[in-house]
Amino acid sequence: METVKKHFLSDMGVMLERSMRHIFRSLDTIITVTIMPIMFMLLFVYVFGGAIQTGTDNYVNYLLPGILLIAIASGIAYTSYRLFMDMQSGIFERFHSMPIARSTALWGHVLTSLVSNAISVLVIILVALLMGFRSSAGVLSWLAVAGILALFTLALTWIAAIAGLSATSVDGAGAFAYPIIFLPFISSAFVPTESMSGPVRAFAENQPVTSVVEAIRALLAGQPVGNDIWIALAWCIGIMLVAYVFAMRVYKKRV
Amino acid sequence: MQNQAIQVKGLQKSYKKLHVLKGVDFEVERSSIFALLGSNGAGKTTVVKILTTLLKQDSGTATVNNFDVAAKPDEVRQSISLTGQFAAVDEILTGRENLIMIARLRHLKDPRQVADDLLNRFGLVDAADRRVSTYSGGMRRRLDIAMSLVGKPKIIFLDEPTTGLDPEARLEVWKTVKELAANGTTVFLTTQYLDEAEQLADRIAILHEGRIIANDTLADLKKLFPPAKVEYIEKKPSLEEIFLAIIGKKEKK
Repeated sequence: METVKKHFLSDMGVMLERSMRHIFRSLDTIITVTIMPIMFMLLFVYVFGGAIQTGTDNYVNYLLPGILLIAIASGIAYTSYRLFMDMQSGIFERFHSMPIARSTALWGHVLTSLVSNAISVLVIILVALLMGFRSSAGVLSWLAVAGILALFTLALTWIAAIAGLSATSVDGAGAFAYPIIFLPFISSAFVPTESMSGPVRAFAENQPVTSVVEAIRALLAGQPVGNDIWIALAWCIGIMLVAYVFAMRVYKKRV
Repeated sequence: MQNQAIQVKGLQKSYKKLHVLKGVDFEVERSSIFALLGSNGAGKTTVVKILTTLLKQDSGTATVNNFDVAAKPDEVRQSISLTGQFAAVDEILTGRENLIMIARLRHLKDPRQVADDLLNRFGLVDAADRRVSTYSGGMRRRLDIAMSLVGKPKIIFLDEPTTGLDPEARLEVWKTVKELAANGTTVFLTTQYLDEAEQLADRIAILHEGRIIANDTLADLKKLFPPAKVEYIEKKPSLEEIFLAIIGKKEKK
């Protein structure tokens, strides 16, 4: 047992390297998790942006948090897909019958999700800088933004794990992500919620994405974040814990 | 050190209402090839999963390399390798990357060297840097078995190793299995093909309706039948022999 525990980190490294290879060899993944969000950003800034009244003069600044969340939501659909493919092929059984830290077969995917989403977020921020995104945020604010995005990623990753572990078809493994990718559109990510009609506005103002978007936007603008950051953290941690419990339950049943 | 690589006593397992194993007993000698024969759904894979620590039995005991599978799963995993029913290879990685990955997970000193040696041994050198998704069924199975040999485990489990393979690839797998046993590895294989068990196994056990109903060497199993009458008939080639002869000719041209 001791030798197995000792190798946890090196086994995680092998698993991470494996899934990162999967990502970099899949043009489809790269297009969906980085090119698509960038296209959205271009579309909203240069096509719709002129007609959208946000009360700010820099629409890229306003838009960026929502775009990052869409990128992450698209990214975790692939986490679910990779997990599903592992369960389907015999590779999970091979790993589990080897003298390795068994949990790395699952946790490797969680780590990959964090690393790969961090890369796509970084690429999108660089493109946003070219498009005129400017931030007065200090190091602490940036760290807070990174922390919120990491928590958001983890929360969605565990939802993805439930889907990937319990799906019976490839389509099923990815389908759960569509409503999540859609959530930023019914939030304050693209337009202020004040402009929405009654029930939609009520939904938009009370769903998790709005608080996450508002918190990140305020941090990047160097403005006081108020309650939004606590609401955002509560949502992310709450979703993460609930999804984790369910994912582990499915996992234990499957292996 | 006992001479048995695997010992199974009174193994039982149910899935909900389905009583798959109703008390399975057998032993496998070291460095031998043991074939577990049975029709589809007889519970062969369930036996393999219990012996490879993927599944827990309801009752009964099983030891692999003298370690109890339920009490000492980590030690069991150190001693074994599993080649499951579906090729357990990573399709997106190359053959070489697959082998290096397994060597690193087994914490071997020189993963690249281990991979090179196995690629050589299994005739996969030319395909080594191609993605596995481009491999034929036979090549995939060869890589699969090669991955199971990384780290030289003492006991190898092959769950229906030739299901879905063409006759040529099948012969290749057979050759590999014979070589393994000749080098001292214990091979536990399941199959639904009678000729496969006949070709390979030192000992054959038949799993039927949750129990082992016969367990003997091929020669002794044959004695269970009345002696054959001697008749003179013209020997007709089997379709397999014809198939292999024709391909053989073509390749020589």
